[in-house]
Amino acid sequence: MSDNGYTADEMMTIASARMIRNGAVLFVGIGLPSAAANLARLTHAPDTVLIYESGTIGAKPPVLPLSIGDGELSETADAVVSIPEIFAYYLQGGRVDLGFLGAAQIDRFANINTTVIGDYRKPSTRLPGAGGAPEIAASSKEVLITLRQNKRAFVKKLDFVTSGGHMEGGDSRERMRLPGKGPTAVITDLGILTPDPVTKELTLTSLHPGVAVEKAVESTGWPLQIAAHVATTDPPTANELAILRDLYARTARAHAGNGN
Amino acid sequence: MKNRDWGLGIGGWGIAVGTSCHNKSNPLAQITTLKQAIGEMVRDGDTIALEGFTHLIPFAAGHEIIRQRRRNLTLARMTPDLIYDQLIGAGCVSKLIFSWGGNPGVGSLHRLRDAVEQGWPAPLALEEHAHAGMAAAYAAGASHLPFGVLRGYLGSDLPRYNTNIKFIECPFTGERLAAVPALRPDVTVIHAQKADRRGNVLLWGVVGVQKEAVLAAKRTIVTVEEVVDRLDAPPNSVVLPWWVVGAVAEVKGGAFPSYAQGYYARNNAFYKAWDAISRERDTFLAWIERHVLTTADFDGFKRSLEEVASYVR
Repeated sequence: MSDNGYTADEMMTIASARMIRNGAVLFVGIGLPSAAANLARLTHAPDTVLIYESGTIGAKPPVLPLSIGDGELSETADAVVSIPEIFAYYLQGGRVDLGFLGAAQIDRFANINTTVIGDYRKPSTRLPGAGGAPEIAASSKEVLITLRQNKRAFVKKLDFVTSGGHMEGGDSRERMRLPGKGPTAVITDLGILTPDPVTKELTLTSLHPGVAVEKAVESTGWPLQIAAHVATTDPPTANELAILRDLYARTARAHAGNGN
Repeated sequence: MKNRDWGLGIGGWGIAVGTSCHNKSNPLAQITTLKQAIGEMVRDGDTIALEGFTHLIPFAAGHEIIRQRRRNLTLARMTPDLIYDQLIGAGCVSKLIFSWGGNPGVGSLHRLRDAVEQGWPAPLALEEHAHAGMAAAYAAGASHLPFGVLRGYLGSDLPRYNTNIKFIECPFTGERLAAVPALRPDVTVIHAQKADRRGNVLLWGVVGVQKEAVLAAKRTIVTVEEVVDRLDAPPNSVVLPWWVVGAVAEVKGGAFPSYAQGYYARNNAFYKAWDAISRERDTFLAWIERHVLTTADFDGFKRSLEEVASYVR
């Protein structure tokens, strides 16, 4: 808890939620993206369509799901379709406005790794793998990524590129024929990074209140590009904080028991 | 069990039953016990898909495979979770075909990681995909096509490490597209809400890739919450007709700790508890011995778990 009465994680989730336009069709990953997407739905973006890769379309879960296919999602969805259908007809079909992903590692061009730390064939840490992420990152019209910023996560070179962002920068993503325009923002516990319009290198464009630019630089495993004018993120409003905390409290109560 | 036994000796249908829809001489789906179905239809060295996308995960069937000590299996599943962690730790598995392997919302699958990182209890070969690729592979299997095609894996390193991901050129537009070979399991195992006495199977809610996995398989085992006189299925719901289904066994609660919509909720507390149970080899081995290997069936497993875990009651 900072002196301001909110945590860095709360700021990250709230800043992420604000990026979601009301009415957008959102393909959402589990964890931080799901929390932010539901906060957006409960605040400024009630008409946002949440798609989870379990095939639940228009889910309105009363608590945050622990998995991407919890009963709270299917029971509140406008439609539940099969896995081949959600990936082939909806995602590959070009019907998703915004993909929202987390990651274990990210590089300067917003490529992400959720597969292994170390060598693929002899990894020091085996991570869960790709799931839907490569195609979400490729085919959504745009992509948001959220993860905590530190040198273990923000690395000079990924051990494995699970999902493509702006590849090697410049027009390389376009040349590789990835359909969507790729990551448009990376939201961390320290600030917001956006790709440079030409080089596509992630550039620090906003710092959360009370975070020094040096902290962001020290927490990045490459020489971080800083925008000429770095904005200060608006602090959480009382309403945003109250709704987020209520959501987490309901979720904790629901997950403490046997789920019934 | 209130299942009606069809009165046929198991040997009478052991080969013909469960052969897929491509075999037109298929007899009726057989309502049997899970123990018999696994005993007859799952063989050492088989490729087995126990499918279920967070919902309707066939835990009871996975336990029975562990109890019957099948070995050298290739397991396929988009989202291997706790039951695959148990099968891997119990030494049943030599290869995994998958696209996301974790304990959803909790963290790692420690037995999967131990097999990959340390080769315990045996080395585990991986054939790793993304969800869209596995879905296409099952759909190709069900369609009896040699491969599935998708606009996928663009920008990903996965094709560098999985030679079963290749790129082809569209003959009409020239677009470069990904291709994956059809996935055709020897046996697909699923859990569903209901079957009728003839063996027609009904499932609803998050239906995942189960229909495709069943239609892609050579043999099929379905566990259900209940066998009923009439399915009363709405016309467009997911119904697997009896003649594409091999064996049907009633196992109430057979998807625990995952859920069966309309019957019981996901037991999130068990998913969280699994992290500590599975983290070390000795605690895992003690757990699998006490709750799976030395219990007679899934009811026995549930009873043994109730003795130690409050969240099961």
